Amino acid sequence: MSHALLLDTTRCIGCGACSAACKEQNDLPLEIEDATTAYTFTVVEKRAGVNVRRMCMHCLSPTCASVCPVGAMRKTPSGPVVYDAKKCIGCRYCIQACPFDVPKYQWDKAIPVVGKCVMCAPRLAKGLPTACASVCPTGATFFGERDELIRVARERMAAEPARYVDHIYGLDEAGGTSVLLLSGVPFSQLGLRTNLPNKPLGQLTWAVLSRVPDIVTLGGAILYGIHWITHRREYVRRVEGPRSGEVK
Amino acid sequence: MSVLSLPRPRGFKMTFWRFAFGVLFALFLYVTFMRFTRGLGATTHLSDHFPWGVWIGFDILCGVGLAAGAFTLMATVHLFNIKRFEPIVRPTLLTGYLGYVFVCIGLLYDLGQPWRIWHAMVYWNEHSVMFEVAWCVMLYTTVLTLEFSHIIFERLGMTSMTRLMHFINTPLVILGVLLSTLHQSSLGTMYLIVPEKLHPFWYTPALPLLFYISAIGAGLGMVIVESYLSGRAFGRELEMDLLEPLGRVMMVVLGIYGVLRLDLLFHAGMLGQVFKPIYESRMFLLEFVTGVVAPLAILSFPRVRASKPGLVIGGLFAVLGFILYRLNVSITGLERSSGTHYVPSWMEMTVSVGLVAIGFVLFAMAVRYLPIFPAHEHAAPARGRGRGH
Ligand code: SF4
Ligand code: SF4
Repeated sequence: MSHALLLDTTRCIGCGACSAACKEQNDLPLEIEDATTAYTFTVVEKRAGVNVRRMCMHCLSPTCASVCPVGAMRKTPSGPVVYDAKKCIGCRYCIQACPFDVPKYQWDKAIPVVGKCVMCAPRLAKGLPTACASVCPTGATFFGERDELIRVARERMAAEPARYVDHIYGLDEAGGTSVLLLSGVPFSQLGLRTNLPNKPLGQLTWAVLSRVPDIVTLGGAILYGIHWITHRREYVRRVEGPRSGEVK
Repeated sequence: MSVLSLPRPRGFKMTFWRFAFGVLFALFLYVTFMRFTRGLGATTHLSDHFPWGVWIGFDILCGVGLAAGAFTLMATVHLFNIKRFEPIVRPTLLTGYLGYVFVCIGLLYDLGQPWRIWHAMVYWNEHSVMFEVAWCVMLYTTVLTLEFSHIIFERLGMTSMTRLMHFINTPLVILGVLLSTLHQSSLGTMYLIVPEKLHPFWYTPALPLLFYISAIGAGLGMVIVESYLSGRAFGRELEMDLLEPLGRVMMVVLGIYGVLRLDLLFHAGMLGQVFKPIYESRMFLLEFVTGVVAPLAILSFPRVRASKPGLVIGGLFAVLGFILYRLNVSITGLERSSGTHYVPSWMEMTVSVGLVAIGFVLFAMAVRYLPIFPAHEHAAPARGRGRGH
């Protein structure tokens, strides 16, 4: 089953314990920046009076994994979208394409790599929850199975309808994500995109890419046919006797 | 090697252009040093909000597009067997080859870890457009090198190699056309994955098709412009009897492209937005007028089309409009959603301008020392030429 996180922004007090725990877990420089960078994988931002955590959404069909030419980004069956820095060539297509603006680059390094949350994949492998979920004092970051978290989210919304807008962000966005958000204000005010299609973005490019073999085979045959016809005509003309100075 | 009777270099004169080129080249070397010792942040205005800049938008997208004349003319002459265009195949091939060489060099500057470029051959992800692009760059550069080596073998008088090249010519041309088709369109496909970011003036599911058609149009415009430039530099007469029909073909291509573009905007409900006074609509109008309306208007007068300056200016507009289109897709159209305004740093500009300048110099040298133009028109000793014997 696949692990997931539920971020209930109505419960977040903005203490930043998650950011600090993340820094330690991932051996990052301890200073917490204002926004996520290649050295800060998660921050709590204040938007429309709401504390909202920024982190990788761990998409079910990640756009980053779809665009990476060398497969450095990968969705693991247990939930996390992991990154293999040893493969990465630094094309930055993942940064360009991620609908949640998650991957960040080490712009200050001569030998740079991408930085992003990997949902504590090593901890999960040991059966532990993510570092951020284990330190959250209010349960605003809540770790569990995706299906179960969706149930929890629905229960909370049903119990206190006035507290929440009627939407679980991440349920369907870009094909669904393993990080789900609840909010008391419209999600657009939290700086989250609300114009995303409900299907994986990778399908848009795959619709074209999957036709490449057809283009090559059919195109090759057509082009060769054209060549054959046009040169055959010339050959026939030559054999039947040159007209008006077409001696070769 | 008596066949190598190169024209002797004349005494070196310091002209303004040589001086300017020298300064530019020195700056280019400095930026190269900075880029590879300090990283991308110290040399570019790229950021996490704007990860792709002018090296992708100009060096790669335009470099590939403007090389499209090569496969178009190769197909015309060698597949469609319209032999009369043969005299301009070689300069076009040279432009295409230089274009691709500079795309490769531009890529080395832009990639965060260019020394790992071979990873694309080892770790496959066939779902990635970038993966397709990487293979197209590699394979088509190889094809262009082979097609171009024909000229070098001929120059060196290596007849056995020339004959071998003649033998593999047809499959090579077909492969080149296929790879170009894939590559030109795949650069548009790259932007299909950002429907939520790219402004609707430019986002359309037909991006691959638009990139393909516009590249053919601009590739033909480039043939006209480069014929003019090399004609001026080497005191050759323009092959107006060949370039004028090319101009007409270019008009047809631009026309198809223009109608398709407007049709797509209409169906996206964006046509009414075109005259709204916003940044994007201004940039769109600039691009569309420069690249489609202006060249079509100029070249629609037969008298203008048949005149040297008229034809060249028409071609120039098509090329400029094409460059604006690529920059709009890769930069303008993404600015609003990124919340930033990207202006390239002087170091980014130095690399882009420097590569173009080096391209000009290499073009001039190749024209001087290799049998690029018909033999009687320049100093090289006359010898059998032409690819289709
Ligand atoms: S949020 Fe972005 S980086 Fe994270 S898995 Fe989804 S596409 Fe990848
Ligand atoms: S920057 Fe690295 S991880 Fe991101 S798409 Fe390119 S190669 Fe893949």
